Amino acid sequence: MATLDQTVDVHEDHGPAKGITRWLYTTNHKDIGTLYLWFSLLMFFVGGTMALAIRAELFQPGMQLVEPALFNQMTTMHGLIMVFGAVMPAFVGLANWMVPMMVGAPDMAFPRLNNWSFWILPFAFIILLSTLFMEGGAPDFGWTFYAPLSTTYAPQSVTYFIFAVHMLGISSIMGAINIIATILNLRAPGMTMMKLPLFVWTWLITAFLLIAAMPVLAGVVTMMLMDIHFGTSFFNAAGGGDPVLFQHVFWFFAHPEVYIMILPGFGIISQIIPTFSRKRLFGYHSMVYATLSIAFLSFIVWAHHMFTVGMPLAGELFFMYTTMLISVPTGVKVFNWVATMFRGSLTFETPMLFAVSFVVLFTIGGLSGLMLAIAPVDFQYHDTYFVVAHFHYVLVPGAIFSIMAGVYFWLPKWTGHMYNERLGQLHFWLSFIGVNITFFPMHFLGLAGMPRRISDYALQFADFNMVSSVGAFIFGFSQLLFLYNVVQCIRGGRTATDQVWEGARGLEWSISSPPPYHTFTQPPLVK
Amino acid sequence: MRLIILALLSAGLYSPLFVAADWQVNLDQGATEISQAMYSLHMLIFYICVAIAVVVFGVMFWSIIRHRKSRGAEAHNFHESTTIEVAWSVVPFLILVIMAVPATKTLIAMYDPSDAELNIQITGSQWKWRYQYLEHDIDFISNLSTSQEQIDNKVKKSVNYLLEVDQPLVIPVNRKVRFLFTSNDVIHSWWVPALAVKQDAIPGFINEAWTKVSTPGTYRGQCTELCGVGHAFMPIVVSARPEAEFLQWVEEQSAQKQAEAVLAEKEWTLDELTAHGEQVYLKVCSVCHQPTGEGVPGAFPALKGSALMTGDINAHIDIVLNGRTGTAMQAFRDQLSAVDLAAVITYERNAWGNNSGDKVAPSQIQQQKQ
Repeated sequence: MATLDQTVDVHEDHGPAKGITRWLYTTNHKDIGTLYLWFSLLMFFVGGTMALAIRAELFQPGMQLVEPALFNQMTTMHGLIMVFGAVMPAFVGLANWMVPMMVGAPDMAFPRLNNWSFWILPFAFIILLSTLFMEGGAPDFGWTFYAPLSTTYAPQSVTYFIFAVHMLGISSIMGAINIIATILNLRAPGMTMMKLPLFVWTWLITAFLLIAAMPVLAGVVTMMLMDIHFGTSFFNAAGGGDPVLFQHVFWFFAHPEVYIMILPGFGIISQIIPTFSRKRLFGYHSMVYATLSIAFLSFIVWAHHMFTVGMPLAGELFFMYTTMLISVPTGVKVFNWVATMFRGSLTFETPMLFAVSFVVLFTIGGLSGLMLAIAPVDFQYHDTYFVVAHFHYVLVPGAIFSIMAGVYFWLPKWTGHMYNERLGQLHFWLSFIGVNITFFPMHFLGLAGMPRRISDYALQFADFNMVSSVGAFIFGFSQLLFLYNVVQCIRGGRTATDQVWEGARGLEWSISSPPPYHTFTQPPLVK
Repeated sequence: MRLIILALLSAGLYSPLFVAADWQVNLDQGATEISQAMYSLHMLIFYICVAIAVVVFGVMFWSIIRHRKSRGAEAHNFHESTTIEVAWSVVPFLILVIMAVPATKTLIAMYDPSDAELNIQITGSQWKWRYQYLEHDIDFISNLSTSQEQIDNKVKKSVNYLLEVDQPLVIPVNRKVRFLFTSNDVIHSWWVPALAVKQDAIPGFINEAWTKVSTPGTYRGQCTELCGVGHAFMPIVVSARPEAEFLQWVEEQSAQKQAEAVLAEKEWTLDELTAHGEQVYLKVCSVCHQPTGEGVPGAFPALKGSALMTGDINAHIDIVLNGRTGTAMQAFRDQLSAVDLAAVITYERNAWGNNSGDKVAPSQIQQQKQ
């Protein structure tokens, strides 16, 4: 009996387990958050290497390094890895770390589910990446995998791709359920919904989007699987099927997916800008309602990706109007951020630099999105580099910059050390310059008539492609600075205070840096 | 900071190098009324966007410069205003209405293909376009004419590199031409920027679009929907000609058709057939089966040493004519002339050490076709 008592005692303040099992079996939200973040950084570099392979081939006209078959595999895998491997897991990692600490919860609502959600991911990506070594090559039909190119005409590896997508879907849905349960049930006493930090709000809404959208993705890949192996004809015109149906189902998933990749970013920016403006966020309530409106509208705009498939006029008009409407709540968010900065007391540490450039560059991406929404002109923009420029502006200096801003912002809290500020600022400026040199010329290329996803191009596109490739290499290699800075910060550095930043407000800044392995075992009281 | 200034300066030094090059940054005004309308709409929206950006970024940079802590700025404590929130929701909405009105007008005009004087069916297939003139007995396939050597950087690239075809689509100017789009295999998209026509060619569907070109000229475009390995290599060339020249071209086409029929009757030698067959092979077959005949393992079968190439000749003819369902192998029955088909089959049976010595006569193919 004495031994039993002892185990109970040890249990009182156990820290992390030692060795690899700490990471394999962990149910701790901080450990799982860390796993997600490292995994996403790894995928960011894998997907980034593929992007550099693409840009290297496009440096000059003619085929040099990457032949067309491999080129298509690179564009496809780059897209899939960046969307499902880099951006989404990074946001889930940040949510894992921050949501319990922000709402005053001891951990996520379902810690074991949390472990499972993460550990599915590496296996899904091993399956996906293994297709690169298969006979016939990896998926080569674009990350949008339009049928029948992805069914009747696909390489055999498409079946592995479908299986991997299913696993990613399961992981995302479980993660989303966990986040919703945590936010709705584990808030500290006094933490009412309208007191939630915006990062928590945006993630709550994102989680609902995930639960609504991911099953649709699972459905569409299952229909593909049926067409490929079980003789159905969902998307096969020769069997009475409808290739356009694929696009409707796919974009019904993929448009909300676009917002899944940006809403948590909005949340992060809404935490950072008030902190470094030393001023409360302007229009908290309207920020929440704007996010809700964006989430709702994101389900009724999907066919704006399909203006050239031959929709009836009424369909074109409906999707044009609803898409234009999205710019109203998005505009409200941008105006609120600017109003927060206005007459504040601003400083520009690395997180703020990333946040401010997020607002500027995301707005540029939003404005080109508004141009794309205008259906008649979209007939000229559609499937050109103008679109590539647009979605990279919202995803790279949008989603990715918001993630980096978040990492720099919270890294001192996580590690207890300040990162190297000079190096952080150097990383920012190189990224900022690199991103613009890479993606701005793509607007020009698209307007001049360069289609997207081509492995070789006509001579009049040569100059801007060269510029863009140079920018891509600057951007790509400057990310090594980020890796170095993060590793150095984990290993040591100036000690961070509990509050870390002068203007920081919220529960997460009231606990020690680094926080104890288990935070808020006694719920804090929020006034 | 010094580093950045240095980088900017050095970029400035190199800029004269770029000035001579082709730096198109905007849409073309194009050659039709619709393309002009699109261009005006594009510019209108663009200027509105720039205006919005100037205002938003203006306030932002004002704050960045004036309200810095280092300049002793104190944070003001305002953080909520329903009036302002309503204002900056309503004003953008009104701006959207201003955009939506001309956009709707243009879209309605684009969706009116009535009273077309010429109808052309356009069929996409991996990786070429087929044009069928519904009012005339004209039907041909338009292939990329840029040589593989240019793509492989072995010879200098021509001016219209990757934007040139063996046979352009010829249409009359100032006549409303209606296009009907469909596809044989995957989804393609037919785009000529100057005509402002972009429409997906989808298997099992027929889409329509129309154009009325006002200035004669040659207009170039490309496939804009990812359609496989050859996606970058299926350009479109439209030659818009005055009415008289167009009618003359129609005459020439029927004359050429008769000449081809005569050619098919002619007795061909093995050498003539393989020589012609090699050209056809490199143009039509080599993208998948490769110039070496070795194919791409797992994707496209090798022809070199293939049992089909050296075995039953009728099975070989059958697969080339009728394709193989469920694979990328198309039916070439209607895509190639009898002479081309006979030549390419003969070539495949004798190239890369397949040396069967077999010869297929164009007349044999014609019989099979019937």
